Amino acid sequence: MSVPVVLLGPQRFDPTLGEAVRELGIDGPIATITAGWQEREPEDGELHEHLGKRTVNLKLYARTDDVWKRDPELRTAHRTRQDRLRHKQDFYRVRLEHELEAAFVIQTRTAPHEILDEEHDFSIRALQELDEAHLRQCRAEKERFDARWKPTTREAIARHRDELRQILARCAAVAIAGGHVATLLNRLELFGMDELLAGKPLFAWSAGAMAISERVVLFHDTPPQGPGAAEVLDRGLGLVPHVVPLPHPDQRLRLDDKERVGLFSRRFAPALALAFRNRTRVTWDGNAFVNAHGVERLAPDGGLERHARWSVEGRGQGESLVLAPGVGAPSESARSSLVDMTGLVPGSSGEGAGG
Amino acid sequence: MKKRPSARPSGRSRSSAGGLSSPERALTASEEIDLFHGRLAIKELEENKPSWDAVNRFLASHSFPLVEGPSVTFVWRGEAEAVNLRHWVYGLESSQALTRIGGTDLWYLVVEIPERSRVEYKLEIHQNGGSRWIEDPLNPNRARDPFGANSVVHGLGYEIPSWSKHDPLSRPGHLEPFGFESKALGGQRRCLLYLPARFRRSRQYPLLVVHDGSDYLNYASMKTVLDNLIHRLEIPDCVVVFTDSPDRLREYANDANHAKFLTEELVPDLERRLPLIGRPHARALLGASFGGVASLSTAFRYPGFWGRLLLQSGSFAFTDIGKHNRRGPLFDRVVEFVNAFRRHPNALSEKVFVSCGVYESLIYENRSLVPLLQSTGMQVKFVESRDGHNWENWRDRLREGMSWLFPGPLMMIYE
Repeated sequence: MSVPVVLLGPQRFDPTLGEAVRELGIDGPIATITAGWQEREPEDGELHEHLGKRTVNLKLYARTDDVWKRDPELRTAHRTRQDRLRHKQDFYRVRLEHELEAAFVIQTRTAPHEILDEEHDFSIRALQELDEAHLRQCRAEKERFDARWKPTTREAIARHRDELRQILARCAAVAIAGGHVATLLNRLELFGMDELLAGKPLFAWSAGAMAISERVVLFHDTPPQGPGAAEVLDRGLGLVPHVVPLPHPDQRLRLDDKERVGLFSRRFAPALALAFRNRTRVTWDGNAFVNAHGVERLAPDGGLERHARWSVEGRGQGESLVLAPGVGAPSESARSSLVDMTGLVPGSSGEGAGG
Repeated sequence: MKKRPSARPSGRSRSSAGGLSSPERALTASEEIDLFHGRLAIKELEENKPSWDAVNRFLASHSFPLVEGPSVTFVWRGEAEAVNLRHWVYGLESSQALTRIGGTDLWYLVVEIPERSRVEYKLEIHQNGGSRWIEDPLNPNRARDPFGANSVVHGLGYEIPSWSKHDPLSRPGHLEPFGFESKALGGQRRCLLYLPARFRRSRQYPLLVVHDGSDYLNYASMKTVLDNLIHRLEIPDCVVVFTDSPDRLREYANDANHAKFLTEELVPDLERRLPLIGRPHARALLGASFGGVASLSTAFRYPGFWGRLLLQSGSFAFTDIGKHNRRGPLFDRVVEFVNAFRRHPNALSEKVFVSCGVYESLIYENRSLVPLLQSTGMQVKFVESRDGHNWENWRDRLREGMSWLFPGPLMMIYE
């Protein structure tokens, strides 16, 4: 059985992290990552209290500052890479806004039903291809950077990695807070945290959840400027697959707009676009999303779906997600779910296929 | 207050061109309103020759001014020789008489107000041979300004922006008074410094300098607006300095000393004392009315220094021919400056946000300014609103202006 990854809703006002940790029977120190808080990284007193004063902050933000001091050459190269990525993001955004505009125009046109359906599918594919092309460019930039600079083997980083490895060896789990998602992702990548976090139960919320997913999707439907187009930022650490976490959905998404919700859902399918309000959570157990508490999926038809679990059908090429039978069943406790899920046979019907 | 829309309900024959097809008599304003929106409550009341009690019931069962679609009914009750609606909507008669319903002491006036409008007004009561202006006793909505307060009517669809109201979730920034000894202005100036919540010296911040700072704080809720927009990530954490002038009509009218005070004295001092980014793209000037002139003229005198300008209902008076300006001698130096800028417009800044109400006479000057600014290659955004020359209009545009000049990290932060 894989180690669980628990994704939670925002924790600032009504934290449920402690409850989730207790539910999984986590015993021992918990490593925390608050690098998304940037300069406020050390201001983790409330989190420390909330988790019973057993947290150890990995201080990735401060460690990064130390790396930049010790290895200015790497810092310069990293800045250059980030500048290039920002340019790429700008140009991707230009293309994206045109594609989305086209998709919305087509949605509002009058034409034979079957033609509109075909064109709608075409819009979705165009968006997916654009997102994917952007991700390929980001990955290529980073691969070039890694090949040229081999950051994790450079002395300034390697010594921190050794320390991190030692701290993590003493910890039973890792909690990754939200904040600035690009800052957080960059720090996680710089220290090769995907490797260091392997095998640890993870608890992540808001930007933390986004950064450990496969794709980081930035979103806000009603910004004060611009069209409110969701955009792919980059690949995430990929520690939890098949999901696009959407924190603060009530503030950031027009959930009553079925066209937008449906488009979002289909654009990022087969991953589940999951809305995380306060006090919600779901656990990825390596095979399925289980023990869902209040998490809602943005559905392809523009609605919101709430289920206790979603399981995966198929692997690799042609992989798709289907909703498991027992839709709407009461959530089980995470621990019993994880035991039950061992050897889980994926949902067999096509009911509610996510695309 | 608006041009009649072309679409009308059925029941009247119309030519294909949209005009009336037969030589029928022109409709009175009241008839047109009725046609559009069915019976107005005040009309029903009037037709029923209301008793004292009926008037009481009518007043108790509605809120006033009574907004029914685009029709707004103003009422006043009492003995008077005449009652007038007084307002500052440019293009309309500034005084419009209310009608008394026979046999009662109830006065009313129906006015068409376009959707999403905000109109400030007073009632002028003529009694015993004299007259006085009062706030509408039946309307709880007030807008305060340095001269007192006005009643406010909200047209259909207008809402006070949520981001201008206190939000307990927003972390409050801090306001600190400070004095500044200005050689340019020959004396000390009192200012207020806004530091965002969670301000820290290890960060670098953009700077916004505000003209008529006390008025922006008192009448445009600017502290609350800043707290909320920062909390909502719509603008970045920023440092704001609220300045005031004891003689704004002189100092804000293209005054070299004022520009020198801001640019050569205040900003260098702030950049020494505070962790500011200190580059043009992170320096903004904000001002309304004459404060808009002060902002533009300061940037004009120091091209390239102020990379962001937020100009609200700027008093950008100019003359196309001759030197006479219709606004009087107070505007002479403004006209001189704007005429000079119109002759030789230059890219004095990088991004300029201009807003103006369509119910103020300055809409003409502001609309005229926009293509001029654009012609220089600066990025310009112009926003009109159905409002007048007042502080709440300027409050309502702050979100759009500030978030355009200083976009916040909305898409990047998920706490």
